[in-house]
Amino acid sequence: MADSYYDPADLRKFGNITEWSEELGTKFFDYYGKVFEEGALSAREKSLIALAVAHVVKCPYCIDAYTKDGLQRGITKEEMMEAVHAGAAIESGATLVHGVMMMNKYNKLSM
Amino acid sequence: MGQSILTDIKNAAKKSLKARHNELADTQRQMDILNGGLFADGELPYFKDKIAQTGQFPLKPKKLEVLQINVGYMCNQVCEHCHVDAGPDRKEIMTRDTMELCLEVIRNTGAHTLDLTGGAPEMNPDFRWFVEEASKAGIKDFIVRSNLTIILANKKYHDLPEFFKKHNVHVVSSMPHYTKGKTDKQRGDGVFDKSIQALQKLNEVGYGMPDSDLRLDLVYNPSGAFLPSDQSAMERDFKKALKADFGIEFHNLFAITNLPISRFLDYLIASDNYEDYMYALVEAYNPAAVEKVMCTNTISVSWDGWLYDCDFNQMLDLKVASKVKHIKDYNEDVLNDRNIVISQHCYGCTAGAGSSCQGTVA
Repeated sequence: MADSYYDPADLRKFGNITEWSEELGTKFFDYYGKVFEEGALSAREKSLIALAVAHVVKCPYCIDAYTKDGLQRGITKEEMMEAVHAGAAIESGATLVHGVMMMNKYNKLSM
Repeated sequence: MGQSILTDIKNAAKKSLKARHNELADTQRQMDILNGGLFADGELPYFKDKIAQTGQFPLKPKKLEVLQINVGYMCNQVCEHCHVDAGPDRKEIMTRDTMELCLEVIRNTGAHTLDLTGGAPEMNPDFRWFVEEASKAGIKDFIVRSNLTIILANKKYHDLPEFFKKHNVHVVSSMPHYTKGKTDKQRGDGVFDKSIQALQKLNEVGYGMPDSDLRLDLVYNPSGAFLPSDQSAMERDFKKALKADFGIEFHNLFAITNLPISRFLDYLIASDNYEDYMYALVEAYNPAAVEKVMCTNTISVSWDGWLYDCDFNQMLDLKVASKVKHIKDYNEDVLNDRNIVISQHCYGCTAGAGSSCQGTVA
């Protein structure tokens, strides 16, 4: 085991997960590859969605990969930061909207 | 990476590696790096072994299609990624005598494309004479790689769009991004605005317009330690942005991968990106790109007349492995029977969809 839970070099080994379960690994990577192809959404748009989600799920590997992917696609840093804010806004909104639950409970219990 | 290293790189980029006496100005030092480290340790396979896996070693030329002539390393810009290590301080330029030898070859070659490059080829004092003479040879596609800013650099260059038009030159120009910030970071402050003005001037005389025979293509190469993405998607983004923001039209975008040599190698090492970049290149290796890699259809000629498999090998001083090594002894049949000289920088041309001076290949 390495000194740290996250090692940047592990990102390169992602494909190795197939070695311990070829069928599921292959299915996953086929699916993954298909998802990010040009479609009703452009690959560029999907890269920005992936970047936003990467931040919301706080995955260092994904942030590494999709920052690089964005650069490769010519996505600007302004676009990337807006995507991160979109993710952050949804995440903070998801917390805050529970405030309604708190208000409901408060009101129910109060005279 | 410390900020001071970045500042050092930025300051240093005003001069060539050669003028700075940087150790990477020594091509042997570059070869030692490309042959050592990850490759010597067995972490990554040597290019030779990689292509041998698919029976593609030794790499052999096919039919010669492109004659690429580098008329000198002098340039008005000092781009951070430049594989030529070009700049105002580089004095190596082709003499008229060597141009005469090239013209003899141009008149007799079986190649359909003549590709003039530099430095800024226009800075060679005999450039216009050479273009006039070469255009008489009737080569199908006559390319000049212009950095755009040269057109505005001095009054004597202002008429270049008209000059190119007169000789039906195909203009290929670098444009790393359609935004100012990214372009200036790679190519120098003010380069973006000047490039835009130059493109507008080219458009004014008919270059790059839809249905125009005056070809204007742009070269995109990444401004950093990453590989280019899908060429057609990038072209679509460039076209949309340049048209909307500046009314600019162009024909095709060539996506070119930065090869880990010269100033780009210096940048990779100084920014601690070298190993990751080499991993990325090797991971993206595509045997289909090897089939069509540009050294299989190109001969590169240096300012002093030596022959190379490509412009990158020229900058690493890896001359052709043939009895014919100089333009004065040029013989296409003999040259075509050579093995192409390769090293680890070649992974740059075989990554993903491949890379060549004409963009992707696979």
